[in-house]
Amino acid sequence: MTALTTHAPVLLIAVPLLGAFAVPLIGKLGRPVRNAFVGLLMLFVAALAAMLAVSIFSTGGAPVVYELGGGSFTFPLSGEQVPVRIMLEIDGMSAFMGLITALIALTASFYSFTYWKERSGGNLFFSLFCLLTAGIFGMQMTGDMFNFFVFLEITSIAACGLIGFRVWLKHSQEAGFKVMALYTLSGLFVLLAIGLLYSQYGHLNIAYLASQLQGSLVDMIALGLLLTGLAMKAGAVPMHMWAPDAYGEAPAPMSAVLVANSQASLYALFRILFTLFGLTFSVTALGWILVVLALLTIFVGVTMALIQNDLKRLIAYGAVSQIGYMLLGVGVGYTVSATQPEFGFTALQGGIFHMLNDAACVGLLFFAGGAAIRAAGTRDLNKMGGLAHSMKWTSIFFAIGAIALAGVPPLNGFASKYLIYEASFKLSPVLGVIAVLSSILLLAVFVKAFQAIFLGPRTELSQSASDPSAGMLLPMAFLVLVMLAFGLFPGFFVDKIVTPAANALWQGRDAYINAVGAFLGG
Amino acid sequence: MKEQGMSVIVRTVTRFVYALILIFGFYVIMHGHLTPGGGFQGGAVVASAFALLLVAFGSAGIKGRLNWHWLQTLEEIGAIAFLGLGFLGIGTAFFYNMMANSGGFLFGKSIEVLGSNPGVLNAGGTVPLMNWAVGLKVMTGIACIVIVMLVGAKKEETE
Amino acid sequence: MNIGNLPFIAAALLVVLGIYTFLFKRNLIKLVIGISLIEVGVNLLLVSVGYRMDGIAPINTMAPIGKQMVLPTPQALTLTSIVIGLATTALLLSFCVFIYRHYGTLDVRKIKELRG
Repeated sequence: MTALTTHAPVLLIAVPLLGAFAVPLIGKLGRPVRNAFVGLLMLFVAALAAMLAVSIFSTGGAPVVYELGGGSFTFPLSGEQVPVRIMLEIDGMSAFMGLITALIALTASFYSFTYWKERSGGNLFFSLFCLLTAGIFGMQMTGDMFNFFVFLEITSIAACGLIGFRVWLKHSQEAGFKVMALYTLSGLFVLLAIGLLYSQYGHLNIAYLASQLQGSLVDMIALGLLLTGLAMKAGAVPMHMWAPDAYGEAPAPMSAVLVANSQASLYALFRILFTLFGLTFSVTALGWILVVLALLTIFVGVTMALIQNDLKRLIAYGAVSQIGYMLLGVGVGYTVSATQPEFGFTALQGGIFHMLNDAACVGLLFFAGGAAIRAAGTRDLNKMGGLAHSMKWTSIFFAIGAIALAGVPPLNGFASKYLIYEASFKLSPVLGVIAVLSSILLLAVFVKAFQAIFLGPRTELSQSASDPSAGMLLPMAFLVLVMLAFGLFPGFFVDKIVTPAANALWQGRDAYINAVGAFLGG
Repeated sequence: MKEQGMSVIVRTVTRFVYALILIFGFYVIMHGHLTPGGGFQGGAVVASAFALLLVAFGSAGIKGRLNWHWLQTLEEIGAIAFLGLGFLGIGTAFFYNMMANSGGFLFGKSIEVLGSNPGVLNAGGTVPLMNWAVGLKVMTGIACIVIVMLVGAKKEETE
Repeated sequence: MNIGNLPFIAAALLVVLGIYTFLFKRNLIKLVIGISLIEVGVNLLLVSVGYRMDGIAPINTMAPIGKQMVLPTPQALTLTSIVIGLATTALLLSFCVFIYRHYGTLDVRKIKELRG
């Protein structure tokens, strides 16, 4: 068991990667064998993520370093000598993100078994899904800048492959091209920044760079490029145009995994701001830029969601606005990280907790929306109606997801949003007011959507519709349980899970650097 | 692109040159740990031989001979072999090179002279084996991409 | 003006040309070429970072003794970036094939059905 926990960081990446390449071979044996293989793989990965999280949180979030190809080398890190050593470094924040990814991947895979039942091409679908999961875990676990870029590109390619998977639909091809072009551009900006940092310091390891960083002009250019590239990939305004296309055209379970993908690049942004650059540049200026971007994202996301007629694009704009909430929480925390008052830590806790809540709520909304679209045969809100008479469970789950996302107690959205409201109000009252107003607008948007889809008189559409089978309902029920647990006992979960993650960013920079210091030798 | 491919001169020369390109590609893969090259580079050279076949003979000449489903299966075998070699040394760490310096017959010889030396083919441990796995994956993968793009383009012309 | 700066100036020029092509051209294939140009510029930047004056290739097999070697790590980074660029370009071009089959045109101004 301890051997598994020691090797868990690399197994979280290597096992889905192995699954991605083995699924087409195993799929030749038949559909149930392939489904069983993918299901067992996802359960194993979730168990690994849970074990890793338990072992890291029990030590209060001390970073764990895993060296790929380790042994008795005495050469230093990638510098003037061969060989190059790539290290994975897990601290509280990485373990937290690993939990989120494991939850979404597990529920999405079990949902897809039933969603993709009567279609062909399932082998390639699950292969791309496992590749995307491996890439997201890789982005979260790594401690090396170029390794991060490689996993970033892996997730871009796998995500765009999934967006354009249904080649018989013409909109999905257009969406796939646009999203791939934008993801590639963002990856190239990140690579340019990594090249500049390497030329300045000669090393690629994040902890080593953090200890050597001086604030020269090249560093500032690199920071600007990194911020642009990663914010482009996360979906912050003004580079959010790809998000409704991507989430709208992907198959329903994959939209939830794409949200986890955006959150992983948001995690990378936080890691670079807090751990790599720390207090080198003026944190107030950078922090206020982040806060303004966050407000724009929240506002534009919600207002664009008001005018949508397409159900999946509506949920997609809702997801874009929630990214703004995460940026707001962490941005407020970053702005005051020089003086470190109490409300900065609360803001950080709120932003990080909202990542977990948003992943669960938006995932549930996409699953329920996908089931409704499958039953109604159309995505247009004007043409759907009266589905609640025959799809009771789906309508209940959709309602719970919508209420949780808008931040109504006693569900989990309220817990994280309350922390964000409180902390951002202390920084500047305008922020808190805009955040609260946008939540109310989001509730109005989802009430309108719920009424358009589920309420209304019985039509012939609702006669032929029926609740999806248990294979699609059980993952949704699991997510509802998770949301209820986090909503009814927020204090417990914030203390046990969120506080070590927030601490890793707030005060954990020295611990992150010193954990690799034990390996610096030669 | 014509169905029959290109002229007689091109087809005759291709039959002769194709084998040379293959040998050169395999040489680049095999000696990846000694001279410039390795898995991806050699695999790309071999895939260019496939592309040459496609251009010279056209899709009609390839139709019965090069089945891209077999190529896809070989590609997955290459990828699984690469990851399997990484898992071999999991006792210490992932990607641990446990076959280097072990004295065995499969790439296990140790190098006495560090620095400039005439290259020792038999050394390196799992690195040459990984070169072969990556080379197999790349050559079959790029061949698959080129063949599927050609078949896809052909289909839309006849529709 | 140091002659050693020339590779970096060339890389910057390539990136600027690539961004111009990506923003202002109308054919989808030209957009893909623009992205390839940006990739080429970044790869050139990465490789030129490792150069040392009068250095030899970083290969131990039959290397001349007494000379300094060029850094090998940027070469590994560039190789990985080239492979990623290959996969990206293949996926973009496959999407172009399917878009042509559905829409009948490759003009970016006419492929705007997803709006709002």
